[in-house]
Amino acid sequence: MMMRQKPILRVSAKLLIPFILLFALYVQFHGDYGPGGGFQAGVIFAAAFILYALVFGIDSARDVLPGGARRICLALGVLLYAGVGVDGMLLGGNFLNYSILAQDPHEGQHLGILLIELGVGLTVFAAMTTIFFAFASQDMPAGTDPDQETP
Amino acid sequence: MIATQLPAIQVALPLLAAPLVLILRNGALAWSVAVAVSWLSFAVALALLLRVLDGGTIVYLLGDWAAPWGIEYRIDEVNAFVLVIVTSVAAVVAPYARRSVEAEVSSDRHYLFYTGFLLCLCGLLGIAITGDVFNLFVFLEISSLSSYLLIGLSRDRRALTAAFRYLILGTVGATFYVIGIGLMYMMTGSLNMADLATRLPAVADTTTIHAALAFLTIGLALKAAIFPLHLWLPNAYAHAPSVVTAFLAATATKVSIYVFLRIFLTVFSGASIFESFPLADLLIVVAVLGMFTGSLVAIYQSDVKRALAFSSVAQIGYMILGISLLSTAGVAAGIVHLFNHALMKCALFLALGAVALRIGSARLDQMAGIGREMPWTMAAFTVAGLSLIGVPATVGFVSKWALVMATLEKDHVLLAVLILLSSLLAVIYVWRVVEVAYFRDRPDDAATLSDPPTSMLVPLWIMTGAAVYFGLDGTRVLDVATAAATRLLEGWP
Repeated sequence: MMMRQKPILRVSAKLLIPFILLFALYVQFHGDYGPGGGFQAGVIFAAAFILYALVFGIDSARDVLPGGARRICLALGVLLYAGVGVDGMLLGGNFLNYSILAQDPHEGQHLGILLIELGVGLTVFAAMTTIFFAFASQDMPAGTDPDQETP
Repeated sequence: MIATQLPAIQVALPLLAAPLVLILRNGALAWSVAVAVSWLSFAVALALLLRVLDGGTIVYLLGDWAAPWGIEYRIDEVNAFVLVIVTSVAAVVAPYARRSVEAEVSSDRHYLFYTGFLLCLCGLLGIAITGDVFNLFVFLEISSLSSYLLIGLSRDRRALTAAFRYLILGTVGATFYVIGIGLMYMMTGSLNMADLATRLPAVADTTTIHAALAFLTIGLALKAAIFPLHLWLPNAYAHAPSVVTAFLAATATKVSIYVFLRIFLTVFSGASIFESFPLADLLIVVAVLGMFTGSLVAIYQSDVKRALAFSSVAQIGYMILGISLLSTAGVAAGIVHLFNHALMKCALFLALGAVALRIGSARLDQMAGIGREMPWTMAAFTVAGLSLIGVPATVGFVSKWALVMATLEKDHVLLAVLILLSSLLAVIYVWRVVEVAYFRDRPDDAATLSDPPTSMLVPLWIMTGAAVYFGLDGTRVLDVATAAATRLLEGWP
């Protein structure tokens, strides 16, 4: 509400957020060639949402990213990670063997680490935002906290 | 194909089930998944133990990367046995959990409870199965973080402070452990246990390795709640939901003691630390102090759950005492007691969970006369309590016997006497409960009670029955424990 009087802050946040998200995706998908990876990407991606929540209020941020979505992201990331591991087993290798995920072992390693890091990114993003929302809604009266029921 | 993949399945199964339960977000479904996974894990662990006893150590390379560069799972008699202990307790506790959790955890958090339970199981199994010290740290954190969650889920608000205290001390313990392995990595460039064992002797006399040893000892002693670093344990066990107490008391500290064994006896096997350091003597003193302090404090508790938590501190003393004798018989006695204590403590806490379901707490003053109204529950409590004391025909007797024989073999007559004396203290805190439950009259205005539902009574009696069965026929467990002790003292081939 107070933020309505701060147009510069709102406009610059709106301008920045897409680029933060884009940069997070770059760090995510470039992680296997350059510095970066799922963890860093997840944190940057979460930072964009946290900036949004700081500028536009926690309620509108929760509309964008409801607790249920975060919970599913948390779980999907781990499932993706473990699922890739199991896929390696189903294809006749050991757990987390990427080489057999594709025809060419190099391509397999590439695909494997990409998927694993995507899993890491998803879970880290969801965990970071969940921690932020949990702390940010602490001063709400008991029982009205929509985050209470979600992890 | 499945046979060769068993080590990965052991860990991956609960790891996959946990997020699935989180997505399902339904208490009853979550419970069914947890029960199925626990029993499947138990089957896998049994298959692994049989294969190890048959064909020796199993090595499993994660992602097919060769050790010591990749992470390997290495299963010998010792950790195969620990895997069986953890999964069998999980398999018995999981069916019990449904009614108990309904009563002690608010209904919108049931799915979180089972997610935490599965993650904790995954962490404990991972600790036991891995052959890599850093991978062990990761699993240690998985199991610890999920146990903080499990303890904090209780309706009892004191559980929150207990969980927080455990979090602080547990994190200190884990940090010390990781500093210790960091120092070892600095000197050897390796994180693989088998590789470390061959590289450490060359650098064993450096200050860095001595510092590593100090950090590892303190860190692991904190995790295993070895006296005097047990301060997190009594409150955490007393205020956690009953199922969590039963599960953690029977598994978490046991797995930490396994890590203790693994680091000191396998990783440092060639480094002869026990000759250059008076570590074993120090541990004996600490163990005896723990045996007496734990039991003495247990006698004065008004909450039975808390009394049994202190009794755990004393029982951990017995295990450490056996281990620090550094003989095959001593280490075997420690390992046997690890198994036996898991059985009887789990049975005792399950019985208290049943009491808590009916009277809402485990306070001694509210338990007057419940022996007649809850005959099956209190009978199980009494049998498991007798086992805790070490009465013949129970598992407690087998481990006390093995322990006393091991001390006598080393001519420590005084230690043998101290073991027997501290057992007498157990008589007091068990008798207090039995007396109140059977020989006091129930207050006239108290509501009538009954035994808990079958879904809780059967797991309770499986554990109690096991405590008697393995007390009458202890040879098979003793054989496995002796094989494990030999493996630990002789190292990997």
